[in-house]
Amino acid sequence: MTAKKVCGLLAAGVFIGVINGFFGGGGGMICVPALLLLGLANKNAQATAILIMLPISIASAIVYYSNGFVEWDMVLYVSIGSVIGGIVGAYLLKKLSNNVLQYIFALVVIAAGIKMLI
Amino acid sequence: MPWYFLALAGLAGGLVGGMGMGGGTLLIPILTMILGVDQHTAQALNLLVFIPTGIIAVLIHAKNKLIDYKVFCIVVLPAIATAVGAALIVGKVKSETLGIIFGIFLILVGLFELFLAIRNSINNKKKIKKPVLKHNLYPPRDRDI
Repeated sequence: MTAKKVCGLLAAGVFIGVINGFFGGGGGMICVPALLLLGLANKNAQATAILIMLPISIASAIVYYSNGFVEWDMVLYVSIGSVIGGIVGAYLLKKLSNNVLQYIFALVVIAAGIKMLI
Repeated sequence: MPWYFLALAGLAGGLVGGMGMGGGTLLIPILTMILGVDQHTAQALNLLVFIPTGIIAVLIHAKNKLIDYKVFCIVVLPAIATAVGAALIVGKVKSETLGIIFGIFLILVGLFELFLAIRNSINNKKKIKKPVLKHNLYPPRDRDI
């Protein structure tokens, strides 16, 4: 691995950590393109990104917990829905070949962002 | 708040996440804007909800030998350090202010995702055009007839 690539990965780590710690998410959306940019294959980038996000999320969650922001009953209910949704989503992904959903997602996220500012 | 509202919010976030898009970027605004959850609580919730799903996904990917552990080791240390730092800072930011900053972040993420979608569309079009090129491989005699 070249020194340039190591520096790129370290810089990506700094940026991903800041985003995920501050916003409680979104790190994966930066991690995958960053790893792709640094030469990883698509599947490897996706898989490695999830492993990177795990300890970051755990470390950030501990800080959020120590600040009193965790409500465990909510975590339980949302987790149940999220695990089911995750399985269904992964299944649907195989069925869908076009990227219409990516456009819809982008527009929904932009609309939500605008709504949060108003 | 009824438990099924929270489960439905999780379902929506999980669906999007399972399809490889940012589940959390959708789950957090659903929780804050529709269900009225505090911004900090929603963010903490998103971090914790990711953990069980993430563990399952990592186990599957590790079994399929898709993880680059060298890359992981380099990225993870600065990421943990800055994540803890950022989480400590965010605890001191007012919920309303954080909501506004999060809104700006969402717009940027959405624009980035839009750029990726457009790029994918262009790449897909190129892929579709490829078989046409194969036509040129036919012997000239066939084309002349």
